[in-house]
Amino acid sequence: MAIKLKELSHRESRVAPGHRACAGCGSIIAIKEVLMAVEQPVVISFATGCLEVATTIFPYSAWRVPYIHCAFENSAAVMSGVEAAYLSLKKQGKLPGESGNKDIKFIAFGGDGGTYDIGFQALSGAMERGHDMLYVCYDNQAYMNTGIQRSGSTPRGAATSTSPAGRVIPGKTQFRKDLTKIMAAHDIPYVAQSTPDRWRDLMTKVQKAMEIKGPKFLNILSSCFRGWRCEPQESLEVTNLAVETRFWPLYEVENGKWKLNYKPKKHVPIEEWMKLQRRFQHILKPQNKHLLEEIQRDIDRRWDELLFLCGEEAGPKPEQS
Amino acid sequence: MSKVLPLTGNEAGAEAMRQIAPDVVAAYPITPQTELMHRFADYVADGVVPTELILVESEHSAMSACVGASAAGARVMTATSSQGMALMWEILYIAAALRQPIVMPLVNRALSAPINIHCDHSDSMGARDTGWIQLYCENCQEVYDNVVQAVKIAEDKDVLLPVMVCYDGFILSHTVERVEVLEDHEVKEFIGPYVADRPLLDLDHPVTYGPLDLQDYYFEHKRQEAEAMRNCKPVIQRVAGEYELLSGRKYGPFDEYFTQDAEHIMVCLGSAAGTAKAAVDELRDAGEKVGLLKLRVFRPFPAEELIAALSHAKGIAVMDRADGVNSIGGPVFSEIRAAVYGHSSAKISNYIYGLGGRDIDIDMMKSVFQDMKDGKYAEQAYYIGVRE
Repeated sequence: MAIKLKELSHRESRVAPGHRACAGCGSIIAIKEVLMAVEQPVVISFATGCLEVATTIFPYSAWRVPYIHCAFENSAAVMSGVEAAYLSLKKQGKLPGESGNKDIKFIAFGGDGGTYDIGFQALSGAMERGHDMLYVCYDNQAYMNTGIQRSGSTPRGAATSTSPAGRVIPGKTQFRKDLTKIMAAHDIPYVAQSTPDRWRDLMTKVQKAMEIKGPKFLNILSSCFRGWRCEPQESLEVTNLAVETRFWPLYEVENGKWKLNYKPKKHVPIEEWMKLQRRFQHILKPQNKHLLEEIQRDIDRRWDELLFLCGEEAGPKPEQS
Repeated sequence: MSKVLPLTGNEAGAEAMRQIAPDVVAAYPITPQTELMHRFADYVADGVVPTELILVESEHSAMSACVGASAAGARVMTATSSQGMALMWEILYIAAALRQPIVMPLVNRALSAPINIHCDHSDSMGARDTGWIQLYCENCQEVYDNVVQAVKIAEDKDVLLPVMVCYDGFILSHTVERVEVLEDHEVKEFIGPYVADRPLLDLDHPVTYGPLDLQDYYFEHKRQEAEAMRNCKPVIQRVAGEYELLSGRKYGPFDEYFTQDAEHIMVCLGSAAGTAKAAVDELRDAGEKVGLLKLRVFRPFPAEELIAALSHAKGIAVMDRADGVNSIGGPVFSEIRAAVYGHSSAKISNYIYGLGGRDIDIDMMKSVFQDMKDGKYAEQAYYIGVRE
């Protein structure tokens, strides 16, 4: 169904104000959008991470929906237990409360650390087992909660506290893991990528996921101004540019069919995205031009591959200089 | 009315699980726990139980799924051994601290390295301070009886802690014994329906499980958990009393075998207690005042009751099937010695035995009693049955 901004403005957020996320945190916006798109009753789980810490400092909780946090690497496994309990109690007519016959939705959340890395096995297992749940990764490209350490999602060249831009090593030396593609390779009914600045795209994808039975995966690039070293007021602009530079394409894979949701009209070079973020400032220096070119080639290669998978014509190429 | 069946320890555990019919079971295979889950999977496949069986990709996820399912409001069980429980480690603490009454048969097996599939208690002894209740079994009958009682203990509102029912890998798990089994309806009535406290699935009353607890609240919550473990003692006794009325079989925190007038008492737990009883029988026939104290409940540790049962002895030998690797001795020894300190003039020594499934026989048990008779005690543990 179409999402109307006017209607959304009247909908109560399922994350209460007063949580302790940073001003300008992209992740809390992303999670608010996800839950705002869900009209059904929902139970959520969280991996240890920024949002878990920011929303549930005892005796307070920002959650207006049932919420469970267990540990760092097991959000998907915990939610598979919750979903199995629901199935079991429902078929035995033992669901608690007035909600006995309600169709409950289940969403597991994790950051990129809890999803790409330490929680990857639990995620892969839960998806393979076919639990009826949506897993949402809020990917801010490093272990922000513990102090901005590199993760499997940190892009090549980015400076983090464990992959600093040093005199010899210029930031992270490896390219990032393409988790969305890995999840698509699980052959689950629905896999998608989005960003919180593209709220209509993000919420449409969540609504679509809620209508599909079985395991679903949504990867949301969301900025962390502390780790990305951009300005807090630019938290949405920076992910917008990640889409425009084709670093983070908006696409979905529904029952094996790949679909590109947005095709930038022109080829915006990756340095336009990097310029907003001081974690890349060393990459933009003349002596690291070869690195910048290498990163651009990687983005172009991944983009062409995605176009092929989506059955799209090749897009505009960089202008020859 | 009970019936008598020839069952292995694993089959006895599976039979109890069939009768309990948990709402959710999440498990991962590991020797020697496997046959328990094979049999239970048959019950699920045949529609004998309404259980949702989650066949996870690791024990870490097994315990994580158990925590999720239990918080959701389900009656939950799993089972594991050795490395499997080592992988659960982190979540064992969380299950207990979130006060989820999960019941887990733990089929004791040695921890790696070297890798070994046979019995010792290094797995469960390592988990002794995770906040789980621990019950130990001497034989397959006790496996069955303890699993049934565990559900009722765990779910008691004054307790709400998970329970580990520990039994010796292969020695019990794969040995057929005569087991008296209750009628299905008797077990159902005994454990009663499970009514979860503040389940996640009660959407009308949304709850937050597992919040961040800082310097201002963490200590109070851990203190409450400690109190719950203390509260267990009368509950375990009450449940044992009710179970005795139903089954005719008596359970306590420990069993005393000729201890009352004994000068020398051996303390052990698990299947070795059977061998120790045979040794006591032979020595008693020869007129020696020896006895055996077999621990059933290791957590909560029945210190006061042990003081009453042990303090009259001249000598106490504590048998450990797990080494502390601490240059002092095993975990049972450390706790027994700490418990009787200041209450008894008995000399206490420690014997490490049976690691990695090494057999212990009646003669070895008798040699321990002989040591006490000879006044042979040492500050550090003796190793018995090992090539030095």
